[in-house]
This record gives sequence, C-alpha cells and structure tokens, in this order.
Amino acid sequence: MIDYFLTEEEEIIKELARKIAEEKIKAKRAYYDETQEFPWDIVKIMAESDLFRIFIPEEYGGFGGGVMSLTVAVEELSRGCAGIALAYAGTALGTFPILLFGNEEQKKKYLPRIAEGELAAFALTEAQAGSDAGNIKTRAEKRGDYYVLNGTKQFITNGGEAGIYTVIALTNPEKGARGASAFIVEKGTPGLSFGKKENKLGIRASATREVIFQDCKIPKENLLGKEGMGFIIAMKTFDYSRPGVAAQALGIAQAALEEATKYAKERIQFDVPIANFQAIQHMLADMAIKLEAARALTYQVARNIDKGNTKITKESAMVKCLASDVAMEVTLNAVQIFGGYGYMKEYPVEKLMRDAKITQIYEGTNQIMRNIVASQLLKEVK
Amino acid sequence: MNIIVCIKQVPDTQDVKMDPERGTLIREGVKSIVNPFDLYALEEGIRIKERTGKGTVVALTMGPPQAEEALKEAIAMGVDRGILITDKAFAGADTLATSYTLAKAIEKIGSPWVIVCGRQAIDGDTAQVGPELAAWLDVPQITYVSKILEIDEKRIKAERLTDYGYDVVEATVPCVITVNKEINEPRLPSLRGMMKAKRFKPEIWDSSSMDVDRKYIGLEGSPTRVIKIFAPPQKIGGQKHEGTPEELAKIIVKKFEELKII
Repeated sequence: MIDYFLTEEEEIIKELARKIAEEKIKAKRAYYDETQEFPWDIVKIMAESDLFRIFIPEEYGGFGGGVMSLTVAVEELSRGCAGIALAYAGTALGTFPILLFGNEEQKKKYLPRIAEGELAAFALTEAQAGSDAGNIKTRAEKRGDYYVLNGTKQFITNGGEAGIYTVIALTNPEKGARGASAFIVEKGTPGLSFGKKENKLGIRASATREVIFQDCKIPKENLLGKEGMGFIIAMKTFDYSRPGVAAQALGIAQAALEEATKYAKERIQFDVPIANFQAIQHMLADMAIKLEAARALTYQVARNIDKGNTKITKESAMVKCLASDVAMEVTLNAVQIFGGYGYMKEYPVEKLMRDAKITQIYEGTNQIMRNIVASQLLKEVK
Repeated sequence: MNIIVCIKQVPDTQDVKMDPERGTLIREGVKSIVNPFDLYALEEGIRIKERTGKGTVVALTMGPPQAEEALKEAIAMGVDRGILITDKAFAGADTLATSYTLAKAIEKIGSPWVIVCGRQAIDGDTAQVGPELAAWLDVPQITYVSKILEIDEKRIKAERLTDYGYDVVEATVPCVITVNKEINEPRLPSLRGMMKAKRFKPEIWDSSSMDVDRKYIGLEGSPTRVIKIFAPPQKIGGQKHEGTPEELAKIIVKKFEELKII
C-alpha cells in the first residue's frame, strides 16, 4: 500500500467515511439504485457524523478542511455507493461559489446551515447549454431591490432536495457569457419549482431534476460577487470541485478492483480459481496500476489547491478526466472478470459500471477536459 | 447526576477460534471490540442526557490497559467522561468480583442517576454483572429493557422484554438497567467525537484509588472456577417425514419398536 501521508485529521475522516459506507450505505445501495428514492436516512447519518462540516471554515461551524479532506471523504463514500455519495459531493459543488465568492453576510447566512447538513446544488446546465455552457438562456432581470429569474435549468444534482441553490443566469444577455451572474436561491422562494426527475442509467440514488424559475424574485443581496462574474464563478467553482468527481471515480474503481480480485480467487473454472490465469492476472494488474496512478495525481492536485495554488484549471481537468476514464475501464473489466455473473444485478459490479459512466460526462465531459488541458498547455508555451 | 454506562472490551467472537487440544480460546491476533450490547447501553446513556438535558454520561470499564480503546469509542460516540479500572490485583475477577469493583468505582464517581449495562457480554454470556451491581449498590434493577418510557430525577419507568411479551416496570433512581438490542440503534461516531477520542486519555483507577476490600476483588474475590472450556458437540439434525397422520403414526411406532421403547 502506498502511504499518501494523510494528516491525522484526514485519517479520521477516511475512517469515518468508510464506516458509514460499510455499515450504513452498503446495506441500502441496491434498494436506492432500484427505487431511485432519495437516500435521506443516509444523508441524515452523514450530517450527524459531521461530514458536511469538513469543507466549511471553522468560523461558520465547520472544520476548515480543504479539497483534500473532501476528496478522502467522497472517495470512501463512493466506494460504498457513488449515487448516495453524490448527495454529499453535489452539496460541496453547490457550496463552492459561496465559499469562494460569497461576502461575509452570505457566508454567515448559508454556510452554518450547510455545515449542519442542509443540502446545496449548483445550477448551470440548460437544455441547449451543456458543453456549450455559454449558451444559457435563464434571465435575471434587476428590478429595484430584487432580481427576477426566468428560465429552466436541467440535470441539476440534488434538484428538489437541496435547500440552497447557486444559479448562473444572464443579467445582460447582449454580452453573452460575460453578461452572466451568480445567485443564491433558497428552496421555498415563490417562483422556484422543480420539474422532471430524470430516470438514469447510474447514480440512481441521486436526484437529477429540472429547476424552474418563473418570475422568481430574489433579494439583490443574493447576488454572488458582481454582475457579469457568473462565468468566472462557475469556472473557478469547477477548478475546486473537479477533484471531487475524480474522488468519486476513484471510489467506484476501488470497489470494482476489490470485487474483481476477490471473485477471481473464488471462481473456479477448469478446476482452478480463474485468478490462476495470466489473462485475468494482467487485467487485474492493469486495473491496479491505473487506479493507483489516478489516485496519486488526484491527491497531489487536491493538496496543491489546499496549499493555495490558484493556477489549477489544467490540473483539475486532468484529474477529473484521468480518474473517470480509469473508473470506466476498471469497472468494464470488473464486469468482464465476473463474466455472466457480472452482468447480473445480484452481483455488485454492473452497478459500478453504470455509476462510473457519469464521471466521464458531468462537471464537463472528458472531451471538454481535454480542451481545457490543451488550451492551458498551449498558453503556457510561449 | 451521573449516567454511568458500564462497558466491556471483548474479543470479536466472529474471529474467535478454540484450541481443541487445550480447550481454551485462542486470543492471539483476535480483534478486540466493544461488547455489542454495550453499544446499545452507550447509545441509551447518551439519549437519556439528550432527552432530559440533564446529567453527565460516564463510561466505565474494567480491564487491561488496552481497554482504553473501548473508552475511546465511547468518547467518539459522545460520552462526557471515561474511566478505566485497571490493576493486576483485579485480574482473574469473575462476575461477582467484577460487579463489586464496578460498584466501588460507582461509589467513587458519586451521585449515580441511572447505571446502564448491556444485557450480557458476548464472551462470557452470563448476564450477571448488571444485576449483581444493583445488589452491591443496593438499588433497584430493571433487566432486559427495550424502552425507557419515562425518566426524571426521582423515577424511571421502562418496558422490559420477556418471553411472554413486555413488562412495564417503575423504579426509583438510582437504578441499574440492562438493555436489549431492541432499545435503539447505536449511532456512528461523529468527526468531532473521533477527534476528541484521538486526544482522549482516560482517568485510570487502580485498587489503591478506590475503597476496596481486597478479599472481594480479583481471583480471591471470585468464587467461580472455570474447570474446563469446550465446544459442545454439534447437534445432528433429526429426520423429517411427510405423509398423512396415519402414515406418520406407523413410522413413529416402527421407530419406537426399533429402539425398543415399546
């Protein structure tokens, strides 16, 4: 085992998150995967165990841990179930805009609630604005002391379940992406409603839903940063949140590797465990090599962010892309090692494969990740 | 007012193997855990404080120095204080000597309100320490509690699980209760609790820190002698027959004749 020199605090977080995954999540994951119900009972356990405090500064009721602590927690929870873990990771995503750009009043108002376990969500994507995020249409019109929001956000993680939404909307449509701003919208605000809940391939314990604004009036104090900063806030948020997606991918891949290794030693074919065959051994070896490499890079980038390194756009995109591609490959191979049984729902690996796929898609597709890495790379070389 | 929870560190019986030659437990390499029933006791102790807003929750254990780990788990769950009774003089204690020693520690802690024990330990399975403790302290006891209905500074009313249903029992406090698994679902530790546990050092009491009579402690105070430990022979499954009552009666009669019972 590679020693990543976790701090004492990180070790405790890892131990606790693993305990929650082993003792609480594993028993329920098949149920939530089947029913697509929202795992409120597990979210409550996470909250009571202080997990939401990890990424909140101490002055707002948190532990003041950084991206590395979050990475460790998300990885361990995702090893249990990536869908259930997403209620947690999605909250961190929705919280980053407030952490990074919120003023003192906003932080005081919202961060203690999140520390206590109120869920948050981040709302950028729209039907016509996926990878082309600059093409959003949701409007935020200033009228006196208020902004009035109109539009529909799509595929919003924690949609309908979260109490706090950070939303990107256009305050100046003529300027396009430069005319976007970020807002905090609370559940219960008149004009805010929730539409279609998606029926998904994987991460089925997670709520993915439309968030609809119809003349939704919010006080002007809910503007994050300044008008026109919406996209800067969104992109900076992703710099901090993408290691979290990588962590999710690592957890999924770790679970798949463990299951496949165990199964290979138990499954007898031609009178011997299939682990005796070099074909299987090499698959397992490649899975382990790639997973460890992805983990090492993810941890290193997370630590860089916590050290205050702000030029992290390229590196965050790298780990998100690498870890999710590894998770997809590892889970596909885990299913292959399980053979016919791997295709069946009685065994855990088909779910891991379904869950892995989303990590290559959300918070920027891996094609967009490569665009980011390449464009930064080309900029760096004069 | 103190809510005192007595806990025991035990070998994880899922891991325990017997030495068939010597008839003893193989303790080497076996993980130690908090007796599972005691986790319910800890949870209930913490809940009594939470529901009444009163009392200090004290976890009390007797054992070797490494029993400190059990107290750390209790601290991580949220108890306020942890006391480890440890001394070579206490070694070899049976349930009587153990309960005497715990009673003396509780006298030293002072102002007990409720004393909560798990219904039994999974290593010895005697279920004696809780009741004996009540006897030494000369206080009421309610065993096999599955629900605390009411509790205040004067009385406690609880449901106890029996073979035939439930008893509802009321007693004055201080009172010893032993709890079943039906009573609650023990919480996981919190991060704050685990961080506190990491830095936690228990109060350590030995035979000189308590007012104990030496003839009641350790091996000397233990009338129980273990003569032999053995695994009972496995029961062989019976025979199963199906048919009409007439057919089955014939089979039975035939069997009885074979065995020369009739």
